[in-house]
Amino acid sequence: MYTIEDHDTVVTRPNSKVNLLCYHCGLPCITNRIVIEDKAFCCQGCKLVYELLDENGLCDYYKLQSHPGLSQIKPIRSDKYSFLDNEDVAKQLYKFTNGNYTIVTFYIPGVHCSSCMWLLEHLGKVNAGIIESRLNFTTKEVTIHFSKNKISLRKITELLATIGYEPYISLDEANKKNTKDYNKQRIYKLGVAGFCFGNVMMMSFPEYLSHDTGIEQQYAHLFRYLNLLLAIPVFFYSGSEFFVTAWKGIKQKMLNIDAPIALALIITFTRSIYEIAGNTGSGYLDSMCGIVFFMLAGRVAQERTYKSISFHRDYKSYFPIAVNVVTTNGIQSKRLQELKEKDVVQLHNDEIIPADAIVLKGKAYIDYSFVTGESEPVTVMQNEMVYAGGKQVGTSLTIQIIKPVAGSYLTSLWNHHSFSKNKQGQNDAGSAIHILSEYFTWILLSLAAGTAIYWYIVDPSKIIGSVTAMLIVACPCALLLSATFTNGNLLRIFSNNGLFLRDATVIEQLGKIDHIVFDKTGTLTQNSEKQFTCSGYSLTDEEKDILYSVTCSSKHPYSKSIVTWLGHRDIVPVTEWKETPGKGLTAIAAGKKIMVGSGEFLGIAKDEISNNNAAVYIRINDKIASFHSLPTFRKAVPQIIPALSERYKLSLLSGDNDNQKAALVNLFRNQSELLFERTPMAKLQYIESLQKNDEKVLMIGDGLNDAGALQQSNVGVTLADDINNFTPSCDAILDAERLAFLPGLLKLAKASRYIIGLSFVVSIVYNIIGLSFAMQGILRPMIAAILMPCSTLSIVIISGGATSLVAKCLRLSLKTKDSI
Amino acid sequence: MSALYVLVIVSVCVAGLFLAAFIWCVKNNQYEDQKGASMRILYDDDFEQEIYK
Repeated sequence: MYTIEDHDTVVTRPNSKVNLLCYHCGLPCITNRIVIEDKAFCCQGCKLVYELLDENGLCDYYKLQSHPGLSQIKPIRSDKYSFLDNEDVAKQLYKFTNGNYTIVTFYIPGVHCSSCMWLLEHLGKVNAGIIESRLNFTTKEVTIHFSKNKISLRKITELLATIGYEPYISLDEANKKNTKDYNKQRIYKLGVAGFCFGNVMMMSFPEYLSHDTGIEQQYAHLFRYLNLLLAIPVFFYSGSEFFVTAWKGIKQKMLNIDAPIALALIITFTRSIYEIAGNTGSGYLDSMCGIVFFMLAGRVAQERTYKSISFHRDYKSYFPIAVNVVTTNGIQSKRLQELKEKDVVQLHNDEIIPADAIVLKGKAYIDYSFVTGESEPVTVMQNEMVYAGGKQVGTSLTIQIIKPVAGSYLTSLWNHHSFSKNKQGQNDAGSAIHILSEYFTWILLSLAAGTAIYWYIVDPSKIIGSVTAMLIVACPCALLLSATFTNGNLLRIFSNNGLFLRDATVIEQLGKIDHIVFDKTGTLTQNSEKQFTCSGYSLTDEEKDILYSVTCSSKHPYSKSIVTWLGHRDIVPVTEWKETPGKGLTAIAAGKKIMVGSGEFLGIAKDEISNNNAAVYIRINDKIASFHSLPTFRKAVPQIIPALSERYKLSLLSGDNDNQKAALVNLFRNQSELLFERTPMAKLQYIESLQKNDEKVLMIGDGLNDAGALQQSNVGVTLADDINNFTPSCDAILDAERLAFLPGLLKLAKASRYIIGLSFVVSIVYNIIGLSFAMQGILRPMIAAILMPCSTLSIVIISGGATSLVAKCLRLSLKTKDSI
Repeated sequence: MSALYVLVIVSVCVAGLFLAAFIWCVKNNQYEDQKGASMRILYDDDFEQEIYK
């Protein structure tokens, strides 16, 4: 009977013994055997890239940046891109083709520096078939013009993959059509409004400066008519979106914020025409152009988009564009849309299961971490089900599809009603700005009516003048501007601190949150780094060398984990090495008998195994050590959970088992609800039940398994280790390294409401000044022209200054990060 | 003083040219990838032969 000693030892990974850095990718070299001249490489892959570039005279790549390459340690399967030989599949990716000359655009997540750009734009040197290649660094998209007769799409893709810039090809990318022109219209409008505003201002100056004497009549005419000419494009082109949205609102019997603006614009414009044509004054065209220009500027600032981040991904982004189907004529690639039930599909290492299926052949070892949140891959026996979204790990696998792609367990989540609602529209309608603006409109209209009645009694000739002046001066542009500029500045500060919001409406929602729900796997814990804890017998250095020698030749994931845990060690000669699949290893080294494997394999009593629950056991002679594999918590987690629990209710919603419950209870204390083994749908329903109790929920998750909960929650934040990676659709993406800033960012979002309120109060003061002039019927164009830019400017300064000040107090970074 | 007529109209036209240039820039995607251009300008395809050898 073996006893397991009671002390746990956590052993940190020893540093690598060699300090040589790979010439290509900059990773430490484990051996110093892979060398060309004085350049060392970490693996054969990196060396291969160097040779390829050297052959084609492209070594400038290494001069622009040191170690620019991406690690090539994972070899790419030679037939991985064979599906691109299928012309139907390839056609989906072409932007243009005339049979020979073809243009294709690839998204390449690996692009990161100027060397990348240089190399990708010199692909023509490697293969003459590539006529031109151009990289858009911001969107990480390379557009390649090539001659199809000389090089195939598959060859190009493989070339990109070999030099380390593997393009990301998914079903979604192929379906995506060009949507780039979406915000250009607004930029044109802004440009036109700016041009007209500047010139109108310039030509209004003579009139401002000479209001006592009056300028010569002939010039007054010239300036006024030129002003009118310049104001026409502002009114009809630049200002058109205010009319459109206002009209849409009125049709739905709603006074939205654009309604009073549209009203003010119409009144200003018609009154100005009336004055100019009747030769009674110069009108208020300068103010009108100014309003349109500043308002558009505010909207552009607020709508800045992150070109390389996508917030609207669904399962299609993860799925491949084509799969290998086994037919009677051998293996053929088939587009995913054409995949039918009963098709037999061959999957290779790291490929995603496209639809629910049954295992026919091969060892299925499926990683569902992205779909369900389970941290460990599961073994699936023959004739058992595997579910769409799982990733095969290890050898190749043959499966038979039993459900169509759209009907599988994972994709059915997207049929839930929460996915059909428009969150942005909802946020917008419930926003405080809209509610305020509605009050504002009604107050303004009743004031105007009051003024009209007053002047009707006192002096009827002044009715039109004073009422129109009121509507001109009291347009809620200051209110709108305070919101747009505050939000624009906040979006900038948020993105500098690693939080990227889908749009500005999320800020207000973020400020209202009172309950935070966390996912576990991948959110609180780190997927990449598993903590291997060794308990029981503690190994000596010599024994570690032995263990390293025994496990390093095994391909089992646990053996690999043990090897990484041991770090770099010396190899000891091993005899009688034997691996029993599914059970473990035996070997003899340095006169000791070693066994590595499951508890049963090592002959440990059953109740001991169930008590210990270890991942793998090691037996050296008669001493036993057990290894537990636990995902480690992210570094920031121990600080932020207590900090957040002071202000918010917290819950944990995990798809994984409760292995780590003890640690989590310790972390969350007792007030929080900790739920385990929840399906994606159950997560969504949990959020729904919280919302029924009137709670505003912030969900923080990472995988597809959280997609439902992220969508249902008031704000869904995805935590991403690499923001350019693939994240489920959400309201915001948080860079995992900046998780520690989360409490500060939430405080800032809360503060934003007060900042908008403050600038609103300031704008009201300006409005009252302007209104008091207008109601008395003495509003001169010059006063309007001074008030308008002053109020705008002070609001921009107040909102910008206050947000930056608050951010500074919360120790958030104000500097722009380079990565986006 | 009628020179003022010409001056004002010419000045507006010149400003109009700049507006046209701005619209042309946006249309040509010159604002789509601001980082790329700043790197691309530094490449000199023959710098290896000329400077480093």
